[in-house]
Amino acid sequence: MLLYVLRRLGTGVVLAVLVTLITFLLLAPSFDGVVGNRLGPGATPEAVRALKAELGFDRPLLVQYLDWLAHAARGDFGTSLFTGEPVAHTILQRFGVTMSIVVVALGVTVVISVVLGVLAASRGGAVDRATQGVSLAGNLFPSLLLAIVLVYVFAVELEVLPATGFTPLSEDPLQWARSIAIPVAALVIAGIAGLTAQVRGTMIDELRKDYVRTLRTRGISTRSVVLRHALRNAAGPALTVLSFEFITMLGGALIIESIFAIAGFGGYAFESSLQGDVPAIMGVTVFAVLLVITVNLAVDLVNGWLNPKARIF
Amino acid sequence: MTAATAPATAVRRRSAFRRLLRDPQAVVTAGVLLIIVVLGLLAPVLASHSPDHASLDHIDAGVGTDGYPLGGDRSGRDIWARLLHSINTSTVSALIGSSIALVIGVTAGLVGGYYDRARSITEWVFSLVMTFPGLLLLIVLMPLTGGDFRVTMAIFGVLLSPGIYRIVRNQVVGVKKELFVDAARVSGLGDRRILARHVLFAVRGPVIIAAAFLCGSSIGVQSGLAFLGVGPATVPSFGAMISEGFHNLYVSPLQFVWPSLVLGALTSCLVLFGNALRDTLEGAKRKPAKIAAPKAGPASPASTAPPALLTVEDLTIAYPTPSGGLKEVVSGVNLTLAAGETLGLVGESGSGKTQTAFAALGVLPSEAVVTRGSIRLDGRELLGLSERELRKLRGKAIAYVPQEPMSNLDASFTVGAQLVEGLRAVSGISRGEAKERVLALLERVGIPDPQRTFGCYPHQISGGMAQRVLIAGAVAGRPKLLIADEPTTALDVTVQAEILDLLRDLQEELDMAVLLVTHDFGVVADVCARVAVMRTGEIVETGTAEKIFGGAEHDYTRMLLDSILDENTVRTDPPATAGRAFGKATA
Repeated sequence: MLLYVLRRLGTGVVLAVLVTLITFLLLAPSFDGVVGNRLGPGATPEAVRALKAELGFDRPLLVQYLDWLAHAARGDFGTSLFTGEPVAHTILQRFGVTMSIVVVALGVTVVISVVLGVLAASRGGAVDRATQGVSLAGNLFPSLLLAIVLVYVFAVELEVLPATGFTPLSEDPLQWARSIAIPVAALVIAGIAGLTAQVRGTMIDELRKDYVRTLRTRGISTRSVVLRHALRNAAGPALTVLSFEFITMLGGALIIESIFAIAGFGGYAFESSLQGDVPAIMGVTVFAVLLVITVNLAVDLVNGWLNPKARIF
Repeated sequence: MTAATAPATAVRRRSAFRRLLRDPQAVVTAGVLLIIVVLGLLAPVLASHSPDHASLDHIDAGVGTDGYPLGGDRSGRDIWARLLHSINTSTVSALIGSSIALVIGVTAGLVGGYYDRARSITEWVFSLVMTFPGLLLLIVLMPLTGGDFRVTMAIFGVLLSPGIYRIVRNQVVGVKKELFVDAARVSGLGDRRILARHVLFAVRGPVIIAAAFLCGSSIGVQSGLAFLGVGPATVPSFGAMISEGFHNLYVSPLQFVWPSLVLGALTSCLVLFGNALRDTLEGAKRKPAKIAAPKAGPASPASTAPPALLTVEDLTIAYPTPSGGLKEVVSGVNLTLAAGETLGLVGESGSGKTQTAFAALGVLPSEAVVTRGSIRLDGRELLGLSERELRKLRGKAIAYVPQEPMSNLDASFTVGAQLVEGLRAVSGISRGEAKERVLALLERVGIPDPQRTFGCYPHQISGGMAQRVLIAGAVAGRPKLLIADEPTTALDVTVQAEILDLLRDLQEELDMAVLLVTHDFGVVADVCARVAVMRTGEIVETGTAEKIFGGAEHDYTRMLLDSILDENTVRTDPPATAGRAFGKATA
């Protein structure tokens, strides 16, 4: 088990290094522009050369990357070229805001999708048709549009929820819940579209399998057959979809933060890349990649726990 | 072989296209998409201003202002013109995003699926691509792209390609095993020809469907990025228009309604069109017409015959056909089984014997309809009982041993856990007590190390062991009737004999009646006192085993008996006719 996790983490680190290297190389052509941005128009060639030397941009690319990597490995992601603040500090701060929206949205999505998908698969009929309708509706429109419509209805017309801003959970839990209600709802509507369809489909397949019939002939309750046995076997593919959905939601949250003027991770990424703030961009990339890798590892571990055949440890 | 298959596939393709034309959802959504795209192409003709022309006189101008049919935005630009040009931005985004994803995904999928050695490389590359954090990467790379939506969409296409790769790779791995690819290879076609002509042709359906969804997500992401402000303000885009309208919401709410409407129409039509394509190309299962099951009940007043444990009278089971009718798979079956007796239900695959067994257990598939008849256990009618009432009988009064041992165990639970749950369901004893009894049962059914097997997962034990486990599960509640559906078919010959011995011993020990469903007269001769022979849903002959083996009356029974191979049998029939006459269908 431990060995498996370590090996997976090792692969994850290799992937993270590769992704950051590729990002770094892709960004490299813009380094000159960054120097220009900071000095403003009319900078003398000497000033440009001096700043380049100061920032280390005059060294070979690979040396620059390895230097960054060596610092990053020690947890030092450098300071912003424009604000001078340590990158890691800002990211952690902004990240909490985004995650408090994404994690809640993901949790709500899982609960609703599993309930709807299981009901649709085991009951059929009207419940099934309604579920397919919900799943289609969530697919039809980009979450950008959903969020704006929700803002218009609940914040502008009904005035029951705030239209902008974010209250940290530690400050006031009730205000926090109100401030994330619309962003979470927008992400959830888009999220359940994909996940419900997946849960419904795999549950229908599972419930038709031989072992389900045999369990029924033993006098085992329908609830146990559906929820303990079939759902556990259907969970694997659903979890994989969930890990994709996590990445999609992270992207969706970036846009939604902008609608609600919430200073989250996405806003930081956007400002940094607009300015060409290389250390900040690299920091944002590392964080996002590590997050994706962690989620994928977690999904594989849960899958292994659920399905003994997938247990490699 | 190409020449032979070409006309057939051409017909199929044309009919798929025609079916698409008959589907209102496909026609309407395709029509809306076409209108939107054409409006975009005609933008220079239809709009009287350039999308960037700002006029101070027309700031927030109302709908219907001269030359500004939808009014002006807060910079005094023509909303109608901007709307039309935004369509083109979306179209280009969709084309770039989807075509890059398709080219990369299909190429890599074909190569990775066809060449086993290349697959490890492609798998690795795409797991790398999937580590890139989606939308965030597109933002992070702004210094590279300069926000140009075409470059951004090209990168997005790369990010979308793993999905296409997986679809194509799975399809190719499947198609590769099919005979026509082998035939093409044997006939000397090169790999590239095979890939291009046969494999690509076979995988086109799912790829076309995926393309519709790729276009939708490209458009969604492009507008999302434009909403954030990625890219120069001079490029007209729904996202930018929605963003401006959103900030102007309190002044003029209509400004954000227009782009939202067109964007919503575009993405929803793409999704709906994709769904319609999927239904047509992949042949969605047509819903059978709902047919109310006639109330099943005793067909005839209880006869005066000696009371039987199981009485099946005039049982008829039908399945809905795609055309909306009903097809009978079991027609008017009559069976009786006395307590402690063993009855063999014999017939070839597809004769309806398994369906009869499932009906007695109340576990027919949900689409099956019992159109008439009666099944009584100890005089109690089983048809029409609720699942809850049936559950009280299952395991205790009537139990089941399946055919295929492996697929009938839940792979996610240990053998012990499954048996304990079943035993507790019928007896309500404590967990600890149930474990004791299960261990004793495992020992009774001949498992050498019960303690070890108890903690094993199904994939860790052999097929013979698994069948013993299933028998233990079936007899755990000391049922009066055991229905065993081909319990030895999936096992090795040596194991078969042991399982039959076990069943016979248990029957005597527990004084169970056994309904043994089989196609094997050898098994019947071994354990059954009486035999019922079934053919195409009907019982053709019933009698004691001696009578059937001694002098079968029905031709079909004699034919089945003759088909038993022994050392005295010399084949005289011409090959392959038997297979054609009684084609194998699943029971």
